[in-house]
Amino acid sequence: MKLELRQVTKKFGDFLANDAIDLVVEPGQIHALLGENGAGKSTLMNVLYGLYGADGGEILLDGTPVRFSGPGDAMAAGIGMVHQHFMLVPVFTVAENVVLGHEPTGPFGMIKVDEARKIVKEISDKFGFDVDPDALVGDLPVGVQQRVEIIKALSRSAEILILDEPTAVLTPQETDELMDIMRQLKLSGTSIVFITHKLREVQEVADTIIVIRHGKVVGNALPTASQSELASLMVGRNVDLGVKDRADIDGEVVLEVVNLDLADEEGRILLENLCFTVSSGEILAIAGVQGNGQTELAEVLIGLRKPTAGSIVLHRHDEEGNRRSDDLAGKSVKKFLAAGIGFVPEDRGKDGIVHSFSIAENLVLDQISSPPFSSAGALNIRAIASNASDRVEEFDVRAGSSNAAVGTLSGGNQQKVVVARELSRDLSVLVASQPTRGVDIGSIEFIHSRIIQQRNKGTAVVIVSTELNEVTSLADRIAVMYDGHFVGIVPPDTERHVLGLMMAGVGYEDALAQAGHSPNPSEKAQGGDDV
Amino acid sequence: MSDLNEVQPVQPVSRWSDAFKKMATSQVLTSILAIVVALVLGAILIAAADGDVQRSWGYLFSRPGDFFSALGGSVGSAYSALFQGAVFNISSSYTVGQFFAPLTKTIAYSVPLIFAGLALGMGFRAGLFNIGAQGQIILGATLCGYLGFTLNLPAGIHLVICLLGAFIGGALWGFIPGILKAKTGANEVIVTIMLNSIAIFLLGWLLTLQAFRSPGSNMPVSPRMAPTAQFPHFFGTTIDLGFVLAILAAILVWWIMERSTLGFRIRAVGENPDAARTAGMNVSMSYVWVMIIAGGLAGLAATSQLLSSPAQQLNIDIASTFGFDAITVALLGRSKPLGTVLAGLLFGGLRAGGYLMQSSTGTPIDIILVLQSVIVLLIAAPPLVRAIFRLPDPERERKAEARAHARAAKKEVAAS
Repeated sequence: MKLELRQVTKKFGDFLANDAIDLVVEPGQIHALLGENGAGKSTLMNVLYGLYGADGGEILLDGTPVRFSGPGDAMAAGIGMVHQHFMLVPVFTVAENVVLGHEPTGPFGMIKVDEARKIVKEISDKFGFDVDPDALVGDLPVGVQQRVEIIKALSRSAEILILDEPTAVLTPQETDELMDIMRQLKLSGTSIVFITHKLREVQEVADTIIVIRHGKVVGNALPTASQSELASLMVGRNVDLGVKDRADIDGEVVLEVVNLDLADEEGRILLENLCFTVSSGEILAIAGVQGNGQTELAEVLIGLRKPTAGSIVLHRHDEEGNRRSDDLAGKSVKKFLAAGIGFVPEDRGKDGIVHSFSIAENLVLDQISSPPFSSAGALNIRAIASNASDRVEEFDVRAGSSNAAVGTLSGGNQQKVVVARELSRDLSVLVASQPTRGVDIGSIEFIHSRIIQQRNKGTAVVIVSTELNEVTSLADRIAVMYDGHFVGIVPPDTERHVLGLMMAGVGYEDALAQAGHSPNPSEKAQGGDDV
Repeated sequence: MSDLNEVQPVQPVSRWSDAFKKMATSQVLTSILAIVVALVLGAILIAAADGDVQRSWGYLFSRPGDFFSALGGSVGSAYSALFQGAVFNISSSYTVGQFFAPLTKTIAYSVPLIFAGLALGMGFRAGLFNIGAQGQIILGATLCGYLGFTLNLPAGIHLVICLLGAFIGGALWGFIPGILKAKTGANEVIVTIMLNSIAIFLLGWLLTLQAFRSPGSNMPVSPRMAPTAQFPHFFGTTIDLGFVLAILAAILVWWIMERSTLGFRIRAVGENPDAARTAGMNVSMSYVWVMIIAGGLAGLAATSQLLSSPAQQLNIDIASTFGFDAITVALLGRSKPLGTVLAGLLFGGLRAGGYLMQSSTGTPIDIILVLQSVIVLLIAAPPLVRAIFRLPDPERERKAEARAHARAAKKEVAAS
């Protein structure tokens, strides 16, 4: 079955997630859809799968235009999708999960379990999946659960299989096994659309590579293309918001992170032995592909997560001008905020704002207990209102009134509210995670200039960003993160595709070599253990 | 989009609390329309149960006039009795006092509903579905009652001590689910349901003890409250200090929620616990404080039962069903103090009027329960109300408005 997407366009409000995308999926081939996070890959696939309605363009199956109003239609047409987050019922067996929604039923609505078991067994044997139909899904490792999802799709005779970031949750071994499965499926005539941002995997299995950036197809490549070619296609070279005038970094060290480790409740290591310093008047940008520990690092730096080991030392001058150092590791968020650390969270809708609260209330969310906004437990409405009108003007927040609920503002204006709140007090450190995600160009420039301004006032700034443009235009130094550790800390003029390779886990020197440079000793990367 | 899905909520919000939060913050219009629909449905039931209507139904087509007059008569007399029992009595009034006697009765019934409704509304706004008002009232009554019949104090002081006792008893019963949720994440719905049962059996057991039993009586009833622990009355009516306290409590709750840092934190935690935590607020402690204050308020609901005159006795039915009716009151009042007072008065009125309706027209008082239930049901399903009255979806309208706003702002930028 041949699938064609023509000029598919999808908008979220004013944001163009997919801009007139053309895509052809040939039968029996593996197509890799490569792009950075937020490039629009998953959106495109959700449109194809009928989860989102397209705002323009058409979808053709074997030359006939089709319209899917839901996943049911797509499945019926022979398109199956394995989501990044599995849609399985953990207390059901593999067989029950596979037939869920189209159960073979006997008299009195009884499920024919034997038949379900047979379906699983057939598919499993055919492709060597090695899945026990009677195992409870909740007991299975993630890699096997994924195979259950694939069986589910195949059992509905899917001829086109969409795998959304399938390796994001897998161990390296499980990833290799998945690659084998993909090759087998291809041999049996199934087409696969494989969404990823990992270059190695693409080169290994893909027949054709489609690179998407900012919602547009920016190029097609063959798997023989080098990693650096792919990286530069994926990351792009255009649009430099170019905030130059770098500060001279001779400020004192303000933030010193030593041997920081973080593990989650199950003991999985999220951050491993991070060591870095940030000085007054310096921006350290943390670059990396989403999900390599940056989110967690930012949360550790504001106290939302307690590190399992290591220290977060803040050096400050007290009123008498004496330099004092406090280890904040393990302290509450309140203590971090009180110590003069500002925080712009990655997901503003979830962590940054209260939608139903007014702009004025959101502007004092983390300072409500301190004067002048309250005294003796009573709010000072006047101070809150005057603060609001000052900040709204200073940060150019476009809203009818500062009493309007923040939820009614556009993304850019919501973000300005968050930034205005954090920058409106004396900060020794600013931690900004994805400060311009989902924000229009005008607001991006504005927010960047305010961050630079804050740095020039002597604040030590940590920016976490998956946008390379943002990283290179703001950073005084760039730390590249991969799998919970720093691959290296490099100068801001490091070439983009070198950074791209480092983001895929390639060490600085190897990345330079692959990019066709010999390592220059004068700009040698500072290792992760540099303090 | 996949990267957005990756963000896991720190604390899973249960589907229950989500649904209840929606109910507790529904539109004013929805509440009013829900009452209207409930009255219409009530009218149908009243008519269906009426003998004249049933008889005239048999010859509807030969003499439709009979049917419709029977219909109008049954519904009209039932609702007019309901109204006269709840607000004022036109027929048998010779003095102003008699004229407003039904209203004072309504107010008396509404006081515990207002107290407990305020308590529950506060919890709803913090994102807590506290349905333990019943237990909190019982504990408040227990402590208040004990202090009322054992102590021997001067009039004013005794009353204040009893009020404090009621608050502390309820607050204690609220503190337990609060601290369990804060420290262990225990679901407050389940804990408060269980505590309701524990409270009723605890009181039942206490009433078997000599210390709580009326001397010389075998009934599980306490001695009468001391006259020093009674609310003063106003103008010879049945309106007493309890109603004034309830109104003061409503004003205080308004002040706490809208004008204090504690209320700010409670609202932030209720609307978005993640953002509250990121802003340095202690989410768990907010839950504990809400439950303490709400429990105390619910405990005060017991005072209107115990501290009214003539001297009351603590008994097993002291809380009636106020704790459960208060859930409806808080939902109908949209968890806001003013709304809760109005909803409390409405439900107090239904209770007061229901008795007259039953005695004068024979319409069963259970109709009142049906009205209340239908109101809750409709508040729980705003789309249903919108469908009945063909109203637009406010959420969709709000989004459209926001989009239009964004477009206008963009044009402005482009023009400048």
